[in-house]
Amino acid sequence: MQLTINGQQHTVPDSEGSTPLLWVLRDHLGLVGAKYGCGVAQCGACTVHVNGSPVRSCVTPASAVVGQQVTTIEGLAASVGKTDGRLHALQEAWIEHDVAQCGYCQAGQIMSAAALLKNNPKPTDADIDNALAGNLCRCGTYIRIRKAIHAAAARLNERAAS
Amino acid sequence: MTPIFQVTRRDFLAQLGIGAGALVLGTSLPGISAAAVNAQPNPSAAALGYFVSLSPDGAVNIICHRMEMGQGINTSVPQIIADEMEADWSRVTVSLGKADARYGDQSTGGSASIRKFFTHIRQMGAIARDMLEQAAANRWKVEKSAVKAQQHFVVNTKTGEKIAFGDLAADAAKLPVPNADWVKLKSANEFKLIGKDVKLIGHQDIVQGKAVYAQDIQLPGMLIASIERPPVVGGKVKKFDATEAKKVAGVVDVIKLKDRPLPVDARPVSGVAVLATNTWAAIEGRKKLKVEWDLGSNADHNSATYKQALTEKVQQPGKVVRGKGKIDDHQYNPERTVEAVYTMPYHHHMSMETPAATAIIKDGKCTVWTGTQTPQWGKGLILGELGLDPQKDGDKVEVNTTLMGGAFGRKGKNDFTLEAVELAKVTGKPVKVIWSREDDVRHGFYHSIAANYCKAEINEKKSADFWVQRVAHPPIGWTFDGKSDIPADMLLQQGFADIPFVLNNFSCEVQPAPAHVRIGWFRAVQNLHNAFALSCFVDELAVKAGISTRQMWLNLLGEDRIIDPRKEGFTGWTNYDQLNDDHAVDTRRMKQVINTVADKAKIEQKLPAGEAWGIAYSNSFNSYSAAATKVRVKDKKVEVLEMHTAIDCGLAITPDRVRSQMEGAMIMGLSIALSSQITIKNGAIEQSNFHDYPVSRMPEVPPLHVHLIPSNHAPGGVGEPGLPAVIPSIINAIYHASGIRIRDLPAKNVLTV
Repeated sequence: MQLTINGQQHTVPDSEGSTPLLWVLRDHLGLVGAKYGCGVAQCGACTVHVNGSPVRSCVTPASAVVGQQVTTIEGLAASVGKTDGRLHALQEAWIEHDVAQCGYCQAGQIMSAAALLKNNPKPTDADIDNALAGNLCRCGTYIRIRKAIHAAAARLNERAAS
Repeated sequence: MTPIFQVTRRDFLAQLGIGAGALVLGTSLPGISAAAVNAQPNPSAAALGYFVSLSPDGAVNIICHRMEMGQGINTSVPQIIADEMEADWSRVTVSLGKADARYGDQSTGGSASIRKFFTHIRQMGAIARDMLEQAAANRWKVEKSAVKAQQHFVVNTKTGEKIAFGDLAADAAKLPVPNADWVKLKSANEFKLIGKDVKLIGHQDIVQGKAVYAQDIQLPGMLIASIERPPVVGGKVKKFDATEAKKVAGVVDVIKLKDRPLPVDARPVSGVAVLATNTWAAIEGRKKLKVEWDLGSNADHNSATYKQALTEKVQQPGKVVRGKGKIDDHQYNPERTVEAVYTMPYHHHMSMETPAATAIIKDGKCTVWTGTQTPQWGKGLILGELGLDPQKDGDKVEVNTTLMGGAFGRKGKNDFTLEAVELAKVTGKPVKVIWSREDDVRHGFYHSIAANYCKAEINEKKSADFWVQRVAHPPIGWTFDGKSDIPADMLLQQGFADIPFVLNNFSCEVQPAPAHVRIGWFRAVQNLHNAFALSCFVDELAVKAGISTRQMWLNLLGEDRIIDPRKEGFTGWTNYDQLNDDHAVDTRRMKQVINTVADKAKIEQKLPAGEAWGIAYSNSFNSYSAAATKVRVKDKKVEVLEMHTAIDCGLAITPDRVRSQMEGAMIMGLSIALSSQITIKNGAIEQSNFHDYPVSRMPEVPPLHVHLIPSNHAPGGVGEPGLPAVIPSIINAIYHASGIRIRDLPAKNVLTV
C-alpha cells in the first residue's frame, strides 16, 4: 500500500494494513517523533494529523490512511511552508515559554494544538482545554502549553493581519 | 575526591558513542540544532578534563554526566560548567554521559545532582578555565595570575591582549589536568550563568520530534521483545504454549526468561518473551501466548485488607525511633486531644515513556542503550549478569544513556535493561525490550502503601506538649533483601522522625510491615505519606484549638533554631547525606515558606460558602516547601480553583527549572490527592492504563503560582521537595470547604472529583 507521509510517498507491505499507523511510522519508516504512551488512545503521545485532523496513530490501522495526507511532528513545520529548519509558530512558542520537561509527550501536544489553531485561530482557555484534554503530560507542563498556544495564536493572527 | 583524567581523542569519541557505527538513531532527519543533546563535537576538538571539549573554532561540548528525565539537569550541569569555565553559553552543546565511574556519582535520584555535587560540577568547569588560562600565560610567557578568562577569551590583564578560547584549544589540551581541589572557583558575585535563566538545552529537538529516548533506538537487524511477566511477584512460569504466537507474521522466537529467585532486587522477574522483527508483531504475538503460572506465596496479598491491618498496627505501641520526656502514663484530656490514622495507597510513577532498553552482544562486548537514572549501577548488574569481573572487565560492557521520557524514580531500577541483555545473549542478536503501558502499571516498583498514626494534646499556649506518631509501611529494603519489614533510617527521616516541633514529651515509633510487591522510590519517597499525615494532623489540631492552621504551624515550630534529631535519639539521621552547617535544618526557613505561601495566596481572604483554602508544609532533600490550595466543594463534588507553592531551595541554579518542577509537583499532587491509586487483589495489580490509574489532564489544572524564595544558602533539592505538601493542602482545603475530613486517599473514594 502507498502512504503519503509529510508529502512523501512511502510503500509499505499490504500485510501491514492492520498494523497501527504509529508502528508503521516508527518501525518501518523511522519517523519516531510520534510516541507510544498507552496503545489505547488514552494519552495522545502518538497524535498525528490525517488530512489536518488530529488522530491517535496508536489505534489507527495503516490501511485507514491510504490515500490520505498524514502529517507527523517531523513534517509539521513544512506543512505550513516553514522549510530549511524554520519552525511552526507553535514550536517557536514552546521554546519561548520553556514548555517541555521530559519532552516525551510534547510532539503529541503540539500536533493537537496545531489542529486546534487551524480551526480556531483565537481559542479561549476552555477551547484549549477541550482540544488538548486527550493529551497527557505526567511532568505537568499544562499551564505553559496553554500560554504557548495563546502566544502562537496571537503571532499567527498578527502575521495574517499584516 | 574523584580523580579527574585527561581523555585521549579516541576515548572521547567512544564516550559519545561515535565509534558505534551500527547505531541508527531512528530518525534520518538532518541538521542537529544548536545546543542539541547528543550533539557531536568537532573531531578535532580538544579535551579539557573529562567533561569539556573545545574545538579550534571555539565550539564547546560539555558532557552532562547526570541523567535527564525532565528535571532540566542537561541544562543546569552545563550551565554551571560553562559559568566556571567562562564559556560563551551560545557556543555550548551538550552530550549525555554514558556509565563511567570516572565521572563520579551518576545515580540521579534523591534530588541530589546539585545539592550534593554542586562543587564537583563547578570544579569541572574551573579545570577547563585553568588549562586555557595556563595555555595563554605560556604563550605570552607571563604568570597565570596575569591572565583571566572572560567569555570565550583569555585576556592579558596587563596589556589587554586577548586570545580566543578556540585558538588555545590545542595548547591547552597538551597541559596536565590540574587537581580539582586546587583550581580556584568563582565567588558568587562573579556568576554569569548560575542563578540566571537560560533556554533549555535540547528544546529545539523536542519540539521537532528529534529528541532521542530509549524507545526510539533502532539497530539494523534488531528484534523487538514483548514480555509476559508473572502477575504476582515471586511467581514462576509453570508451562507455556507458543504455538499460536509463533504463527503471527513477524514473530521470530518465543523465549522463556530464566527464573529469578526472591529477593527480586532490581533484576527482572522472569516471564516469557515474544521476539519479532517489529513492535506490533511482538505485541500481537504475545496476545496469542498461553502461559500457566505458579503464582507463589504473594498471591494471598490484598491491598484492602492489608491497609486495614496497617491501620490497626499503628494504633499499637511500636519501636521508638526518636523521643523525649514521658508519654506512656500521660492522661490525655479528650477535650484537647486529637487522634487520627491517615492512609495512602500504593502509587505508580506512570512516566509517559514506558521502560525500554536495547542490547547487543558482539565480539565479547555488550553494548546497551537505555534510559536509566542509575547507569553505573546498571553497568555493574550487567557485568554480573554476564559473569564478568567488574574490576577487570569494565570495558566489556558499554552503557549508553538516552533522554528519559519521565522517570520519577522508576528508572532507578535497571530490570528492563537486564531483560534486553538476557535476550541479546540468548539470541545473539540486537534486542530492544519494550514495555507496554499495561506492563508498566502491573510490574512496577511501587510507592509503599502506608498508615500513619498521630495523637497530640493541645496545651494552654495553643501548641502541644504530648505527641505520639507511628508509621507502618512495607519498606524498600524488602525489594533487595526479601526480609526487611522496618524502614531504614534514611526512610524514617523523610518527614517522620525528623519532625521539627518544640515538644517536651513525644515519641516517634515504627511498626513492622512485610512487603508483597516490589517497593521502590517514588518522587519524594516516604515524605509523601508522612507529609500528608503531618500536615493534615496540624490542620486538625488547629481546628481543635480554634486557631488558624498557619498559626498552629508557627506555634509548633517555635523559635528560630537549628534542628538536629540525633540529639533526641534518632542516631541514624543524616539530613539526606548532608550533615554540614551549610545544609543545617532551620525553623526560620520553615516559617518563611509557610508565611510566604499564606500571604501570597491571601488565604485569609473571605470566600463564598463552599470555598476554602488549605495549607501544608514539608521539608525534604535540604529544601523547604509549603503549598496552599483553594477548592470549592458543592454537592460532594470537588473543584480545585487555585494552587500555590513556595519553595526555598537555597541557591537556584536555573530558577525557571525550579518553577517548572513546582508546577509539575502541583499537578502530580492533584491526581495523588484526588484520584489515583494502585490496588492489589490476590497479589496482582488491578490497574492497567490511564483509564484506571488516572493522572491529571489539562482541564483539571487550575491557575498555578510558584513563589521562589531568594536564597544564598547551599543548594537544596528541587525535583522532589515540591510534591509532599501539595497533597495535604488539597485535603485540608476540602475539609475547610465542606467539613469532610479525608484521612484515606484518594479523595475520590468519598467525593466526586
